[in-house]
Amino acid sequence: MSSAQTKTEHGHTDHNYLNHGSGIWSWMTTLDHKRIGLMYFATVSTLFLIGGFFALGIRLHLAKFGATPLLEPDTYNKFMTFHGAIMVFMVIIPGIPAFLGNFVLPIQLGAKDVAFPRLNLASYYIFIAGAAIAASSMIFNQVDTGWTFYTPYSTAKTSNGVILLVLGAFTMGFSSILTGLNFIVTTHKLRAPGMTMDRIPLMIWALYSTSIIQILATPILAITLLLIGAEKTLGVGIFDPDLGGDPVLFQHFFWFYSHPAVYIMILPAMGVISELITAFSKKTIFGYRAIAYSSVAIAAVSFLVWGHHMFVSGQSTLAGLVFSIITMFVGVPTAIKLFNWISTMYRGTVTFEAPMLFALGFMFLFTIGGLTGVFLASTGMDVHFHDTYFVVAHFHYVMVGGTLMALMGGIFYWFPKMFGKMTSDLGGRISWVLIFTGFNVTFFPQFVLGAMGMPRRYFDYLPEYTNLNQISTVGSWLIGLGFLVGLITIIHGILKGEKASDNPWGAKTLEWQTSSPPPHENFTTTPTVTAGPYDFR
Amino acid sequence: MSWSSLIPATSFMPIQATEIAKEVDLLYAFLIIASLVSFVILVGGMTWFLIKFKRTSLDQKSAYITHNNFAEFLWSFIPLIIMMGIFYWGMVIFEKLRTPPEDIAAEIHVTAEQWAWTYRYANGKEFYSSANDPMIVPAGKATKLVLTSKDVIHSFFVPAFRTKQDAVPGKLTQLWFEPKQPGEYIVFCTEYCGTKHSGMMIKIKAIPSEEYAAWYHAEKKGADSPADLGKTLFAQKACASCHSIDGSRIVGPTMKGLFGSGRKFADGSQTKADENYLRESILVSSAKIVEGYPPAMPVFQGQLSDEDVANLIEYIKSIK
Repeated sequence: MSSAQTKTEHGHTDHNYLNHGSGIWSWMTTLDHKRIGLMYFATVSTLFLIGGFFALGIRLHLAKFGATPLLEPDTYNKFMTFHGAIMVFMVIIPGIPAFLGNFVLPIQLGAKDVAFPRLNLASYYIFIAGAAIAASSMIFNQVDTGWTFYTPYSTAKTSNGVILLVLGAFTMGFSSILTGLNFIVTTHKLRAPGMTMDRIPLMIWALYSTSIIQILATPILAITLLLIGAEKTLGVGIFDPDLGGDPVLFQHFFWFYSHPAVYIMILPAMGVISELITAFSKKTIFGYRAIAYSSVAIAAVSFLVWGHHMFVSGQSTLAGLVFSIITMFVGVPTAIKLFNWISTMYRGTVTFEAPMLFALGFMFLFTIGGLTGVFLASTGMDVHFHDTYFVVAHFHYVMVGGTLMALMGGIFYWFPKMFGKMTSDLGGRISWVLIFTGFNVTFFPQFVLGAMGMPRRYFDYLPEYTNLNQISTVGSWLIGLGFLVGLITIIHGILKGEKASDNPWGAKTLEWQTSSPPPHENFTTTPTVTAGPYDFR
Repeated sequence: MSWSSLIPATSFMPIQATEIAKEVDLLYAFLIIASLVSFVILVGGMTWFLIKFKRTSLDQKSAYITHNNFAEFLWSFIPLIIMMGIFYWGMVIFEKLRTPPEDIAAEIHVTAEQWAWTYRYANGKEFYSSANDPMIVPAGKATKLVLTSKDVIHSFFVPAFRTKQDAVPGKLTQLWFEPKQPGEYIVFCTEYCGTKHSGMMIKIKAIPSEEYAAWYHAEKKGADSPADLGKTLFAQKACASCHSIDGSRIVGPTMKGLFGSGRKFADGSQTKADENYLRESILVSSAKIVEGYPPAMPVFQGQLSDEDVANLIEYIKSIK
């Protein structure tokens, strides 16, 4: 450690990564993983607001207040496409790994930075470039395919804007692959002395499993998206039956990436939850190995279940059954995690600050999301529910109720480390109450709508679906308000928050053993690890 | 009256217009109960621990427990068993939904397009969908639909029958149902297909089967039946110079009794001759060569329209 340290009278170092360089240029050219993490934070939050705007627009339209519809059918379809594409490719997939992962992973390992800091910065700019290309499709030649780009609709029947959106997603894929590669190498090569693989925090196990999926699955998406572009511009005829292609082949390619991608979204969330539950129960995590290995197991099984999106696509009955039984296997490691988290609270000493509330909210919502997933995994049941609002409700419970709850919990948990200040706990709690309540009001009625038969992606619906849709819309305003309160709390914390101590939650992992905010290279002296990550003895 | 009707959530399901709908709802009721029990165990357990182990003083110590092999085995193994049961139950229903009975009273060719359905009966009656022209089917008897699409993928969903099947361009898929009672049932398109996706609705009207028979034969045929058109095409394309219709062996396999028979191919594989097999063999004859015959047939891909192919298939099906 060579950086000069000056101690203030409070015993804090006033030399930290935030003031290590100054001016906008020092941020834009930074190689510090912590700063890059915060840059992702700002970017992803902005994109989240845009995606949220489209979501509120969709819900407002579906409330059918007044006689005239709010949106034209084509505009509605574009709103639905942008909402899905932004939230999936630009918010939920990069959210936890690129933002929280980037900030936390090297510190938790006791490393100075990720293995390839320049590549890390490049990943960020590739992400920005991809998001910009994708966003340009919103301005020119708007896309109305839905985020799944199903052929031949996307290749033969809609505008060329698809090419831009697909190119954007293709570009962001490189960012995803490079970040994953960086995390894997960092985890293997840069652990502090004494930190064996069975002493790395569960957040790292989750990020590690996620990285494996990112590296293996993202290229498939990249090739698939390129083929769409080739089909549209050159007419190569792989997916379009008029040219001799097979439209269902696209679905195989697409879900071979996009199903594992669901776990790119949820595994890091599970990592965050493991950290929060143990820190706020002040108790060693229950079944460390089971949680760690179940992450790897979920990553492995995630590659073998893509066909469960296609039970009614015309694939053979046998294929449907094979995908169904393998999908059921995912339930086991998921149940293991839930049971382990609950057991961690058993005979602990639990406190309820805002991050813990978000973790508990995650468990509540994810349990509902997971259980309804079993309905959809069962072939005979899925035939009725496929492409109805039941599916919409299910994946929002998993992806939003799961991933966004964990993301919010993670932000409030690591905020003191990021900025050296505390957020208002009251603000965090109010934000939680609004999001949690609003979420259930919005999405629970959609299970019922799905059972009643209302198909998804509908601009218009039958009169009997009106009441539930209106309840759902009111719920969406509560969610919007909740995130607004969260945003205000975060900004208030950055500007006016009280000074945070190095370890305000009394947690055990390494990031809490350095100062808040950490110095440029994370630790003034390289830490030595002598015990597991959650040793609350 | 079955136990499943005690579960209020099942009342949200559409009316049970088929026997299979009842079976689906029974599984649904079971899944609701199983989910409620699991939810109470997980979230109830969590809530109980939160109340019981809430921290009351600053110096309170947590217990030091790292794992428990027996508990962990139980909560891995028991869910696995339950999941396998749910898989099996779903499989039994899925097989029924996907396997039409031998005895089909009505077979209707359904062609989807943006944003309409066309249905054509075996005798040539044809309807371009609108709310005024429901798809007429016999009640109490099985109807089979052969689905395809002219442009993009659509999906034929009948909530009251708990069944659904995509209509894929360049491919034939099938769906069957047996409405128990006369009545009108709504059909949605559930595969996103563009601007008027949500407006692509028709109704199925099930009428007593005697009435259906009268309706089916009543009006003068609008056009030649698909099988008749297929017969004309069969002659025009000189198919008979290689394929007999009386069972005799000439250059290619006979058409007699072909539909539904087992086929053995030169590469050793086997299949049953269904609509998709016939379609493929007509368009790209080299795809599967029947054992003992030369690969002599020309390729008709690009020369025959989807409708031509459907007509030819209907004709071949009629050569018993």
